[in-house]
Amino acid sequence: MAYKIVASQCTSCSACEPECPNEAISERRGVFMIDPSKCTECIGHFDVPQCVAVCPVDGTCVIDNSVPRASAA
Amino acid sequence: MSKLLQLHDFGAPGAKSFEALRAGAAQSGCSTTGGNGKSGCGSAAGQGDLPPEIWEKVKNHPCYSEQAHHHFARMHVAVAPACNIQCNYCNRKYDCANESRPGVVSEKLTPEQAARKVIAVASTIPQMTVLGIAGPGDALANPAKTFKTFELVTATAPDIKLCLSTNGLMLPDYVEQIAAMNVDHVTITINMIDPEIGAQIYPWIFYNHRRFTGVEASKILSERQLLGLEMLTARGILVKVNSVMIPGINDRHLIEVNKAVKSRGAFLHNIMPLISEPEHGTVFGLEGRRGPSAQELKALQDDCEGEMNMMRHCRQCRADAVGLLGEDRSAEFTTDKVMEMEVEYDLAARQAYQAKVEAERDAIALAKQRELATLADETATIKIQVAIATKGGGVINEHFGHAHEFQIYEVSTAGAKFIGHRRVDLYCEGGYASETGIEPILKALNDCTAVLVAKIGLCPKDSLAGAGIEAVEDYAFEYIEQSVIAYFKDYLARVGKSEIRHVARGDADIRQGAFVAS
Ligand code: SF4
Ligand code: SF4
Ligand code: SF4
Repeated sequence: MAYKIVASQCTSCSACEPECPNEAISERRGVFMIDPSKCTECIGHFDVPQCVAVCPVDGTCVIDNSVPRASAA
Repeated sequence: MSKLLQLHDFGAPGAKSFEALRAGAAQSGCSTTGGNGKSGCGSAAGQGDLPPEIWEKVKNHPCYSEQAHHHFARMHVAVAPACNIQCNYCNRKYDCANESRPGVVSEKLTPEQAARKVIAVASTIPQMTVLGIAGPGDALANPAKTFKTFELVTATAPDIKLCLSTNGLMLPDYVEQIAAMNVDHVTITINMIDPEIGAQIYPWIFYNHRRFTGVEASKILSERQLLGLEMLTARGILVKVNSVMIPGINDRHLIEVNKAVKSRGAFLHNIMPLISEPEHGTVFGLEGRRGPSAQELKALQDDCEGEMNMMRHCRQCRADAVGLLGEDRSAEFTTDKVMEMEVEYDLAARQAYQAKVEAERDAIALAKQRELATLADETATIKIQVAIATKGGGVINEHFGHAHEFQIYEVSTAGAKFIGHRRVDLYCEGGYASETGIEPILKALNDCTAVLVAKIGLCPKDSLAGAGIEAVEDYAFEYIEQSVIAYFKDYLARVGKSEIRHVARGDADIRQGAFVAS
């Protein structure tokens, strides 16, 4: 599993990008997304997923169930 | 006699010569007094209560010096939209190009784009003396972009003053870097020093890699804000404090805030009205919390004024505003246009232009002093408020129907004192007076005895008279403060001869046209 960004909710504020310990978040032409192969759900780094905690819009950074858990570090 | 710097020609890109710069400066501005009947500007008299070293730093800063706010221009660039706290008066989802409010921009810039824009603007508008990074978001929630922008600008345009606005959460961590970058002004938004009150304003903060809520969040925020303030003033960096006046939550508490920030060395306190129109979708807007009325705001500012200088000319302008306060030329400097402009930075020409503006400012101050001297024998205790239609230059030069805002002066035998501005919708759109147009303007000017204009039609003049407001064209194209005092003398004379009767005026509306940056 990994986190993903619900594009329709995202304000493109960029708050999440520098917080991610794995550089999983990137911007392309104003659209932010999470690379599921890099996201570790912050396990091993922080108690809470950083993108979720910093995002101003609730329900924007959510679990992406479609992705198998790649790196449960 | 007063139109020395009335320049209305938009300058060509690549302007180089002094004359070209002159032409490029579309407008010059007005002068306003310091608080409490403080005397004019330019000379030593202009500094009011401020110590000389502070006056030297602020006198050409449009946001900090009331006398400078229409002579010198500032620009904001939006490079750092991220924020690390949430305020109930802010909705970061809302971005509308039609709205003018800080915290909101339509165009986000990279530091490189921002620096180019700054140089382009400074080459076109020689009064542009200040670059601010003020959101949307928090300049220090995105320190890499903020400081990179400053670095790039300083390399080409060393004369431009740098300032930044912050909610203060990360401030203590960056004080050293701020000092190293020669940032000379910092604005901290401080709405409370009591976490219980803070909990009603801030739903959460993001700090130390987690989210804090409730009283705990506000406690951390408040401690960090006050610590950052102390650290900055200890290094001699000027700090202005912004506070949003939220009726029912922190309105009386702001007097405590005022004392707390003054004792820690803040040199200016800017109490701004809450903007909470429901369509902005903020928590306060949706729960129907109202903003303060003009008199409520003024009363609070007056109560705090004994403590320190109060700022009364804040336009709560948008985060990518360009130009003099009260005007917005950002549309001339979109990224596309800036990238096409040929710019050449001519420091000497800019300085020569600014010296000229100073000379004009001194002339305005002198004229006002002379007029004031003629009031010396008056003993009346009457105090009235007068509205001014101006588009800059310290001159009454706007048609009533074309005014986007009115400047409000309080005048008594102690002199004329600028107390604020009232934004209005255009009364006269495309040459036709609108049917509903006059009502909101009457409400906005309801506390004024007169409105001084360059020109006014018969119809609105009658409507104003019906509301007890005298419309006066006699001072068209004259200096503002001098005219306000002259009108007041005439008013007193007419009261003395029983031609008119002095009546106290009521309260007025502040139009919610602006928005508040966190
Ligand atoms: S959950 Fe953590 S690792 Fe995954 S994208 Fe968000 S911040 Fe990065
Ligand atoms: S913090 Fe939230 S709103 Fe901001 S860019 Fe990231 S996902 Fe989008
Ligand atoms: S928002 Fe206030 S502080 Fe900022 S530029 Fe406008 S007037 Fe100055």
